[in-house]
Amino acid sequence: MSAPLPPELTAPPCGAVPSARTPWLQRRAARWSLALAVPALLFALWWLTTDVWHLFLANQLPPPRHVWAALHELSADGDFTRHLLASLRRVAFGFALGGVAAIAVGLVVGLSRTAERLLDPTLQALRNVPSLAWVPFLLLWLGIDETPKITLIAIGSFFPVYLNLVSGIRQVDRKLVEVGHIFGLGRLALVRRIFLPAATPFALAGLRIGVGQAWLFLVAAELIASTRGLGFMLIDGQNNLRPDIMLVGILTLALLGKTTDGLLRLAERRLLVWADTFEAKA
Amino acid sequence: MPVAEVSVQPITATGAASLGSAIELRGVSKRFPAGPVILDGVDLSVRPGEIVSLVGPSGCGKSTLLRLLAGLDREHTGTIAVGGTAIAGPSRSVGFMFQEPRLLPWLTVAQNIAFGIAPERRADSAAIVRRLLDQVHLDGSAKLYPRQLSGGMQQRVALARALAAEPSVLLLDEPFSALDAFTRIHLQDLVLELWQRTGLTMVLVTHEVDEALYLSDRVVVFSERPARIAEVIDVKLARPRDRRDPALLELRGHLLEQLRLAGRWDRRKPEYEI
Repeated sequence: MSAPLPPELTAPPCGAVPSARTPWLQRRAARWSLALAVPALLFALWWLTTDVWHLFLANQLPPPRHVWAALHELSADGDFTRHLLASLRRVAFGFALGGVAAIAVGLVVGLSRTAERLLDPTLQALRNVPSLAWVPFLLLWLGIDETPKITLIAIGSFFPVYLNLVSGIRQVDRKLVEVGHIFGLGRLALVRRIFLPAATPFALAGLRIGVGQAWLFLVAAELIASTRGLGFMLIDGQNNLRPDIMLVGILTLALLGKTTDGLLRLAERRLLVWADTFEAKA
Repeated sequence: MPVAEVSVQPITATGAASLGSAIELRGVSKRFPAGPVILDGVDLSVRPGEIVSLVGPSGCGKSTLLRLLAGLDREHTGTIAVGGTAIAGPSRSVGFMFQEPRLLPWLTVAQNIAFGIAPERRADSAAIVRRLLDQVHLDGSAKLYPRQLSGGMQQRVALARALAAEPSVLLLDEPFSALDAFTRIHLQDLVLELWQRTGLTMVLVTHEVDEALYLSDRVVVFSERPARIAEVIDVKLARPRDRRDPALLELRGHLLEQLRLAGRWDRRKPEYEI
């Protein structure tokens, strides 16, 4: 039941290509109402099946007002904010760590065949380890404080960024590399002026998947050993037979996931105005 | 290397003195590793400021020769010298225009042109870009991205980018072949205009008989693979030329006949365009 966030960049890249003639506000409104249609429908169904028709019991599927009340209850003593901030902090650190590491390793592997032969097989093997399999091991080695959680999130967000960046670098058009050669670019200049910009769309796609993975791994980490965070809130709700609290957690995660993805999408639109893609024309 | 203004009189003598030539090829041969021979003993010298076209059957090795001149391709025997020095890889003094514009899609028109500017000239970047934009008639398009340009405009940007490096030699590999006839004629005239301004030496690979004759001082006809020089046609006509000039038409007939012979038409239909 996530709200579409954040506003998309609808202005044409450099004012040169006139886009649709409809006024900006009208187009924006049309897009938002379409995006909100499904959440609104689901919400209506939820309300009807619980509060109106009483198809579900409150301890199975609590009505919206119970969830709202639970949110109030959690907010009153500052619990909700505490959980939210704990999770946000973990995702921020874990994603930053994983993303930076992935970009560094991805560049090395993408640009050097030797590094690829050396590192890629191992990374491909590690990639296939399910997230939960890491948990016991990380707890054993890193204790039960923040470190294992941030590490797990970093692992989760590392691979999509790494894989996309490497394939992005590998897919750089040989013809553009030749242009770099013609103008006498050295190895470093070639990387900076051809390979990096050409691989940027892939890196950004990887980052978007990576931030999604970060939320996924966050919950995996918090479900098992924590006293704070949205994952803990879910488990706490389960233990206390409070489906309303569980729904607060689920909806919050959906909103947060959509928000972080939306922010990256915004960055993507700003950085890739040049792209000759279907999306850019839309 | 800034290019000095040189006289651009049509050159009448064929393959003459090598002293002071802009490009000098001696016995240049090339074969792919364990493959066919592509070029077989090519001798050619191009004077500073001369425009030379290379024509010949499709796939005969003209483009390979151009890549050797650009230093993009290094495997060959014989000697290749540009501006008196043997080439040792790509350099800014030899510009190259590809069949496709090959603009960097993430850079604007102005940034694409600036891409060609040598690091030591970066300080004057803005002025150079402005001048080149003006010269290729793209003043209003500086901030556009390549995807927003037509094919002809993109190729003009590519031309400006090549000139931004201030080369003494410009190599053109069928640069207009993907454009419609109208745009092509405009670009040919633009190239001549810039040539007159800069005194560039130009070597052009083309499939277009008319293009070769309209632009060049000499048209070099290659035989089918392995490429050898079959014939060199002098175009002793003053510029600006009239595309309808009977003398051009006469040369055209001669060139077509040479191409027919070069293509060994009795065995295979040559793929040149008419």
